[in-house]
Amino acid sequence: MMNRKKAAAMAAVSALVLGMTGAARAQNLTMAVGAQVTALDPHYHALSPNFAVATMLFDTLTQFDADARLEPGLAESWKVVEPTVWEFKLRPGVRFHNGNPLTAEDVAFTIARVPTVPNSPSSYAIYTRAIERVEVVDPTTVRFHTRTTYPLLPNDLSQVAILDKETHEGASTDDFNSGKVAIGTGPFRYVNFRSGDRLELERNDAYWGPKPDWAKVNYRIVVNDSARTAGLLAGDVDFIDQVPTSDLATLRRDNRVRVAEKDGLRIIFLALDHMRKDGSPFITGNDGKPLDKNPLQDLRVRRALSMAIDRNAIAARVMEGAAQPSGQFLSEGAFGYVPGLEPPKGDADAAKKLLAEAGYPNGFHITLHGPNDRYINDGRIIQAIGQFWTRAGLRTTVDAQPWTTYISRAGKQEFSAFLVGWGTSSGEASSPLRALVASYNRDKGYGTSNRGRYSNPEVDAKLEAALREMDDEKREKLLQEATQIAMDDVGIIPIHIQKNVWAMRPTLRHDSRADELTRAQDVHPAAAN
Amino acid sequence: MAVYLLRRLLQSALVMLAMSVIVFIGIYAIGNPVEILISPEADQMERERAIRALGLDLPLWMQYLSFLKNALQGDLGRSFVFNEPALQLILQRMPATLELAFGATFIALLVGLPLGLYAGLKPNSFGAKTVMAGSILGFSLPTFWVGLMMIMVFAVQLGWLPSTGRGQTVEVLGLRWSFLTWDGLQHLIMPAMNLALFKISLVIRLTRAGVRETMLMDYVKFARAKGLSPARVTYVHVFKNILIPVVTVVGLELGSTIAFSVVTESVFAWPGMGKLIIDSINVLDRPVIVAYLMMIVLMFITINLLVDLAYSALDPRVRLEGK
Repeated sequence: MMNRKKAAAMAAVSALVLGMTGAARAQNLTMAVGAQVTALDPHYHALSPNFAVATMLFDTLTQFDADARLEPGLAESWKVVEPTVWEFKLRPGVRFHNGNPLTAEDVAFTIARVPTVPNSPSSYAIYTRAIERVEVVDPTTVRFHTRTTYPLLPNDLSQVAILDKETHEGASTDDFNSGKVAIGTGPFRYVNFRSGDRLELERNDAYWGPKPDWAKVNYRIVVNDSARTAGLLAGDVDFIDQVPTSDLATLRRDNRVRVAEKDGLRIIFLALDHMRKDGSPFITGNDGKPLDKNPLQDLRVRRALSMAIDRNAIAARVMEGAAQPSGQFLSEGAFGYVPGLEPPKGDADAAKKLLAEAGYPNGFHITLHGPNDRYINDGRIIQAIGQFWTRAGLRTTVDAQPWTTYISRAGKQEFSAFLVGWGTSSGEASSPLRALVASYNRDKGYGTSNRGRYSNPEVDAKLEAALREMDDEKREKLLQEATQIAMDDVGIIPIHIQKNVWAMRPTLRHDSRADELTRAQDVHPAAAN
Repeated sequence: MAVYLLRRLLQSALVMLAMSVIVFIGIYAIGNPVEILISPEADQMERERAIRALGLDLPLWMQYLSFLKNALQGDLGRSFVFNEPALQLILQRMPATLELAFGATFIALLVGLPLGLYAGLKPNSFGAKTVMAGSILGFSLPTFWVGLMMIMVFAVQLGWLPSTGRGQTVEVLGLRWSFLTWDGLQHLIMPAMNLALFKISLVIRLTRAGVRETMLMDYVKFARAKGLSPARVTYVHVFKNILIPVVTVVGLELGSTIAFSVVTESVFAWPGMGKLIIDSINVLDRPVIVAYLMMIVLMFITINLLVDLAYSALDPRVRLEGK
């Protein structure tokens, strides 16, 4: 009896103490993110960690919701006036952090500034290139004239942070980093930025959208995975992203921590050498002599390679459940997802049979390349695939390399089969189709990441038609057809779509985003009880 | 003396030149920075623009010559990633690394010297044997593992110290220092200790070996026979003589800690130069890598010089001559 009373008293006291410290920190949020932020200038370096920060300080005309569907941002609405003219209506009454009102002139200024940022290692101009000129109709109406019919303009504009003409005329990247002109319309205001260490923010009380829950945010950059997890467990940080899969099992069981997961937009796949007709550099006969033709030119061989892989085993064991096996570019629900297009079940015997049909009853020798420091568990994924292929009768060697050397070699078509990933930042299927399976073509900007040089005129034709089609329904159908053709032809071998994983204190909740962005406005206090 | 200094300076210039050539060729061989930095969404036109913007479209020898021309005017180039002058980027992060390195060296001397003296004077005692066994652990345990264990124990389990990062800073002489605030010191203790562990062991072993050797020397015997107190024999006659190897090694160690405390800095998310260089290597940010390594070469040469000067102060037999 005594003991129970004591325990109750203790519980009451500790609840009180917890409640008090809870109240004191309730307004402050400390986050630890795993990726380096290279600049606060939202037009300097097109990189998703930079963009995540940009969307805290700035806004875009259109934006993606958590499921990567387009929604209004600074633009309330938009419509096609003529096939090559888009009209955007701005949200009235929006002000920058320094009080300047947002007008159509600012939008025109922004579009003009994007391609002119000096020394940019990767410019946002790829999102504004379709625009030929900007017409300011009135202070809240702006028209974009595109060079050709271009249905993806609203998607592209979701990546372009709008700046203030008066504040940012002539502003350099350094001026943003120093905080002098880190002034946007976004939900948070700049307080302090120390490159490579942290960004401090405070709430923008005049924000036009939902007010953030946090008066002060400390956005820390902690690249080391274990250090992030330890920081959360030690209570130094409230929220972390990129939870390593090796810690997932423990964290899911730990009641000091809440884990949030969301199907992402990043597909992990194998690219194959489609370019060479006679002999691929890393494929030889079982005797070690080069083959006189490239077996990957044979659809049956490509099918066998895909069929031999047990994707469920990889998702469950290697990825600890943080991946969704996939037979196409996107997850269910995304624009251009093909219903019913499932990956083949892992079946070594069927793969063997197909290989025999193709004239390789005893298989051949192949080296599978991949990075070991880029995607989640990349080195272990190619090892697992190597084992599945060996089981199907192919002597497989696995070679994992650091990304810096790997990607340059892959870009020079040095490999036969290799693992890469693709994050579909636009949330719809034209992005992976255009970059990964469309025939390499410099003038059209097709096949930029088609490192295996897959080429199929049918896919190209469907894709081109889709990129001209202004009607959403028809466009989606064309994208689905193109995807279906490329996948039936095994242009690439999709493995899985990564899940994005965040972890936080149990007193918080997170609107987890498909597009991997980690932002303070998506974190909320969990509702009481 | 002047000739000696001049010769050393000339040597260092040559080493720096050779180093910059090696880095240029090395990075060129590894890969193309644009492949790593550019958005995957970028098309071929944008790729070509980025290559031009970073000056990577020129032949390697032309890139090197233009680097050399600017370097002679004191401009080591702008970071590909941050678009800030490489040197400024490094200098911004230097205080963090310096306080870590000096903190670690300070701890190493504070702990290592007395323990080493003790182990050398009473080599057969139980305490000395424990110290020596402990120093083997300090040598052999990997830094990153010890760092993680320290975080697990002191931050996660006991909650005494913050797990990672640098604490509150104050600005002195235009630079941000954290060891002057209580919060900063709390953040500093674990990473400094982590770095110091290896050095403590090193200092213990050097001191002990030195003491054991010197105690048998004739001049020590003579000092004893003269009737000097044991304390005077130890602290004046023995101690001063064993300091030479300790100063050499600690000096070099200080240099390598400043330059390459990469592991500790990344385990503890310490925003210093070590983290900068490893991040820069990962994205092939050549201007930063070159500037960093040039600075490190310069630093090592300076430290070596200081060590030589310290020798001549500690040991009257050493003369600095230009031979």
